[in-house]
Amino acid sequence: MSAAAAWVRRHPVLTFFVVFAIFPWVVPYKSLATQVLIYGLFALGFNLLYGYTGLLSFGAAAYWGLGAYGTGIALAKLKVTSLWLALGAGLGAAVLGGAVFGFFCLRRRGIYFAMLTLAFAQLLYFIGFHLSSWTGGDDGLRGIPQLTLGFPGFPVSLEKPLAFYYFCFVLVGLAVALLKRILDSPFGAVLQAIRENSDRAVACGYDIDRVKLLSFVFSAMFAGLAGALDALRLTVVPIESLYWTTSGQVVMMTLLGGAGTFFGPFVGATAFLVLEDRLSAFTESWPLVIGAIFSAFVLFLPRGIWGTIIGGFHGRQSA
Amino acid sequence: MPDVSLAALAAQVFTGLVLGGIFVLLAIGLSLIFGLMTVVNFSHGALYMLGAYFGYVLLTRTGSFTIALVLAPALVGALGLLVERFLIRPLYGRSPDDPLLLTFGLSLVVVETARLIWGKIGLPLDPPPALAGAVNLGFTYFPTYRLFVIAVTAVVLLALWLFLEKTNIGLLIRAASRDPLMVRALGFDVGRVWFIVFGIGTGLAGLAGILAGPMRGAYAEMGVTIIIESFVVVVVGGMGSLVGAVVSGLLIGQVVSLTTFFAPKLAEIVVFIFMAVILLLRPSGLFGEAGLLE
Repeated sequence: MSAAAAWVRRHPVLTFFVVFAIFPWVVPYKSLATQVLIYGLFALGFNLLYGYTGLLSFGAAAYWGLGAYGTGIALAKLKVTSLWLALGAGLGAAVLGGAVFGFFCLRRRGIYFAMLTLAFAQLLYFIGFHLSSWTGGDDGLRGIPQLTLGFPGFPVSLEKPLAFYYFCFVLVGLAVALLKRILDSPFGAVLQAIRENSDRAVACGYDIDRVKLLSFVFSAMFAGLAGALDALRLTVVPIESLYWTTSGQVVMMTLLGGAGTFFGPFVGATAFLVLEDRLSAFTESWPLVIGAIFSAFVLFLPRGIWGTIIGGFHGRQSA
Repeated sequence: MPDVSLAALAAQVFTGLVLGGIFVLLAIGLSLIFGLMTVVNFSHGALYMLGAYFGYVLLTRTGSFTIALVLAPALVGALGLLVERFLIRPLYGRSPDDPLLLTFGLSLVVVETARLIWGKIGLPLDPPPALAGAVNLGFTYFPTYRLFVIAVTAVVLLALWLFLEKTNIGLLIRAASRDPLMVRALGFDVGRVWFIVFGIGTGLAGLAGILAGPMRGAYAEMGVTIIIESFVVVVVGGMGSLVGAVVSGLLIGQVVSLTTFFAPKLAEIVVFIFMAVILLLRPSGLFGEAGLLE
């Protein structure tokens, strides 16, 4: 077990590609596998900010929603025909939103930061709600066409669930590789230094405001890509994408899996989605059970599932 | 733009005062708990909702609004004590994020439980007959119950101020918020102080809930939006500052109420814009000291 765990720790990107190549055949049904990939990516972005930088955001829905609406509006309203361009629009919107909101939210630290991210995300939700000519308002954004993927020479249809899964697989895989690259870089080391002791990071001469903003923007970018992929998966963007419950979901997924661990977000997304799927089959009150399980994890198992297995970060001062 | 008569505007100012009162009660509870224990109680909105539902149950069982008004906040406060004792206390000494995360999970549990017990459709709370009509204020008629809410808020704030300034426990609470280590060294049980304060803070949330009940009814999601707005109130006022909570609560009550009057679509958004402006001008809030748990 420990040898296997050590191998996983040394080769996380390779592990991702091996596990998720066969993942659709492991889970009960294939659409769950796609959901795990997309929400796993969302949680991965959240984890970069919380697990690695120590900044607890309750507003991740903003960037997920910006990604989803950016891509959705490009396809459904602006009639963009290139899937790549539409994905780019979603990604751009999320990055821009992350830069602007990040600037404001990072003016305060610690617990204030959590409340500010929540407030700004809620601001965006209300804007989305009222701008119904663009966003569809309460009904959600409908009419996102399913496009074929325009590779020069050979177009690939994404209509088959498995084709769409592997499309996500490649993109999420690239994101995972990028995250690994970020964490291994000197920049990644500074992130973790800020998490451990931000005053000391300042004393070492790092411009931690800039580093934190970058981490925020990267996190928004991952969330935006995840949101954009989800818009393609559902072919509609529900207004709840921007609601605080979406932020709550990603917080729960990440902590269930294990904050500050590389695979925690994917483990947590799997646990959450399987739980939601099983529970909602026989009770409408499934959030009650998930909320109770989540609270129990905070109390008794703060390292989360994956963190408990491999031993990870938890519970230091978030500065 | 609607026809702006001075009377209509004045009525809107009074409406803003009522809304501000509810904000103040919620924000002061949040701020009290935070200032002392550095705990952000995410379940504050869920407890506010419980205040309204408890009020509904007591009102239908006893028929007395007075009993409901007194007992509902007491029951919510008692629940708050249990939460502190069994859920928050084990987390002392860990990251300040942990109580926030835990109470977030708790709020899901409470809201879903309320939905199971009382259903998905909101329940109406009738104000007592004596407060049912409207009062002629000279320039406009204003619902008597809303004036009553303003009065209760004012009385409770005064009582809280006297309690904190004039009693021994109040002195201990203020001392413990300034320097808990020193208070402990002097032989006082700081844990007990935290316990009591958590009860008071959550009780105030329950009071806000029962007061809001007759105006908005009781429904499971009622705490969701208002908890986020209360966070904004607290951030604008300055975290941990009680004066800040009062001033900022009343201010934001006016801002929301007047925006509802002039530009209804912006009413939900203006709170956050207001916060962004304050943050740019005064990052630590109107009355906040920089550095408190940052």
